[in-house]
Amino acid sequence: MSAATDVLENLGARVLGAIHRLGFASRFLLLTLRNSGMCLRRFSLVTREIYFTGVLSLIIILVSGLFVGMVLGLQGYDTLERYGSSAALGVLVALSLVRELGPVVAGLLFASRAGSAITAEIGLMKATEQLAAMEMMAVDPIGRVIAPRFWAGVISMPLLAAMFSAMGVFGGYLVGVRLIGVDEGSFWSQMQAAVDFREDILNGVIKSLVFGIAVSWIAVFEGYDAPPTAEGVSGATTRTVVTSSLAILALDFMLTAFMFRGV
Amino acid sequence: MPTIPATDNLVEVENVNFAYDSRQILKGVSLNIRRGQVVAIMGLSGCGKTTLLRLIGGALRPTRGEVRIGGKAISRLSHEELYALRRRMGMLFQFGALFTDMSCYDNVAFQMREHTDLSDELIDDLVLMKLQAVGLRGAHDLMPAELSGGMARRVALARTTALDPMLIMYDEPFAGLDPVSMGVIGQLIRRLNDALGATSIIVTHDVAEALDLVDYVYFMSEGAIVTQGVPDELRASDKPFVHQFVHGETDGPMPFHYPAEDYARDLQATEGA
Repeated sequence: MSAATDVLENLGARVLGAIHRLGFASRFLLLTLRNSGMCLRRFSLVTREIYFTGVLSLIIILVSGLFVGMVLGLQGYDTLERYGSSAALGVLVALSLVRELGPVVAGLLFASRAGSAITAEIGLMKATEQLAAMEMMAVDPIGRVIAPRFWAGVISMPLLAAMFSAMGVFGGYLVGVRLIGVDEGSFWSQMQAAVDFREDILNGVIKSLVFGIAVSWIAVFEGYDAPPTAEGVSGATTRTVVTSSLAILALDFMLTAFMFRGV
Repeated sequence: MPTIPATDNLVEVENVNFAYDSRQILKGVSLNIRRGQVVAIMGLSGCGKTTLLRLIGGALRPTRGEVRIGGKAISRLSHEELYALRRRMGMLFQFGALFTDMSCYDNVAFQMREHTDLSDELIDDLVLMKLQAVGLRGAHDLMPAELSGGMARRVALARTTALDPMLIMYDEPFAGLDPVSMGVIGQLIRRLNDALGATSIIVTHDVAEALDLVDYVYFMSEGAIVTQGVPDELRASDKPFVHQFVHGETDGPMPFHYPAEDYARDLQATEGA
C-alpha cells in the first residue's frame, strides 16, 4: 500500500516539477523576446552567433545530407524497381527530404552540434560569473548574450535544413542517375512536376523554423538554468540534446498531422 | 549627480537581514563607508561577506533593512535607475570573470562600447591607458585563457575601472594569487582608488595584505559585524575573536568544527549499524 502511494507521490512530484519548469522556461522565452531589441538593432551580435551556430554546423549538415540522399537513392530504387517505376526515383528522394528528413534530421544534428554548444557556453559563462559581471556592468545578459544566440539559432535552422535537402537531392541524383543509371530526364522532370511549392517546400520550411525555435529555446534555457558547477553544466548539455531531440520528433508528428491533406 | 547627503558616507547599510530560503545569512548588519576610503570587510569563508557585497551591488534584495548608496535606497530603485547607478560602480569578481570569448582589449573596451558613444580612436586610447595602469598594455591582444591568474585579475581590474567608477567593490581580490601578485594587486587597489577619487570596498580573508592597505576594517562572523576599527586598533586588539583571526590561530572563539551531533553518539551509531 505504502509502496503504491510512494510511486504515486513520486509521479505527482515529477509531473508538478515538469509543469513548474515549463512555466519557468516560458517566462524565460518571453523575457528573451522582450529583450531582443538590442540585438536586432545591433545585428552584428546575431551575425557573429550565426557564424558559430550555423556556419560551423555546415560540414556535418552537408555530409549527412549527401549520405542520407545517397541511401535514399539506393533504397528507393530497390523498392520502386519492383513496381517498374524507377523513373519516379527523383520524386521519392525529393519529397522524403523536403517534407520529412530534411527538417527532422537537420534538426537533430543541429541540436547535438549547435544546441549543446550553446548550452555549454552559457552554462560556463554563468559558472565563471561572467553573466553576473555583465549584470554588474549594467548590461543585461539576456539581451546581450541570450537573445543573439536564440535568434541566430532560429535563423540558421531553416537555412541548414534547406541545404541538407539540396545536398540530399544531389546525393540521390549521384546514386540514382550516375551510378545505377536511372534516366536523367525523367528523374528531374518528374521531381519538378510532383513537388508542390506550397504543400511540400513551404511546409518543410515551416517545420524547420518551428524546430529551430524549439531547439534554440531549449538550448539557451538549459544553459541559463544550469547549476553553476561542472556536473550542472554537463547535465544541462545532455538535457538539451535529449529534450530537443524528443521535442523535434513530437513536434514533427503534430505538424505532419496538421499538414496532412491526403486520403 | 546625486545630491550629497549631510554625512559623508557613500554607502550606508542599515540593520540588514538576508536569508536564502530558510537559511539566515545576515543578521542585522549595519555599517557605513565613507567617501574616498578603502574599507575592508573581513571574516572567515561563509560568514556572509560576499552576500553583503551582492546586496550593496543590488544583485540581491535584503529581507529586512536597507542599503543606501549616495542616500538612495537600492532596493527601491527601478530597473533603469539601478542600471544607471551600476554604470558608476565597478565590481571585481573573485576570479576576474573576464569574458572568455574576447581579448583583454575587448574586455576592457566592453563597457565603453556598451555605454558610451565614444569614437573608436578615443576608446583605443582609453583602453591602452587602463591597461598601462595595471602594467599589461603589452598583453592587450591576448585571450583570457592565455593569462596567469595574477594577470587575469589585473586585466579584470582595468575592466572594472573602465568607466572611472565612484564605488569599486572587490570580492576576494587576493584569493589564489602568489605573494608577488598579491602585493601588486594590493598596491593597484590603493593607487586606483586614490587616483580616481573613488571609494573601495574589499571583501577578503587575507588579513596581512588587507590591513596594510585599507583605511578602516569591519570584522564579520556568522552573519553579523563583531568588531570594527582602523588597522592599528585591530592589530593591537586583545579581543579573542580579532586576535584569533589576525594571528591565524586554529582554536579560539571561532569554532573549528561544523555544528554536529554528539561525537560519541555518532560513533556508537556507526558501530551499531
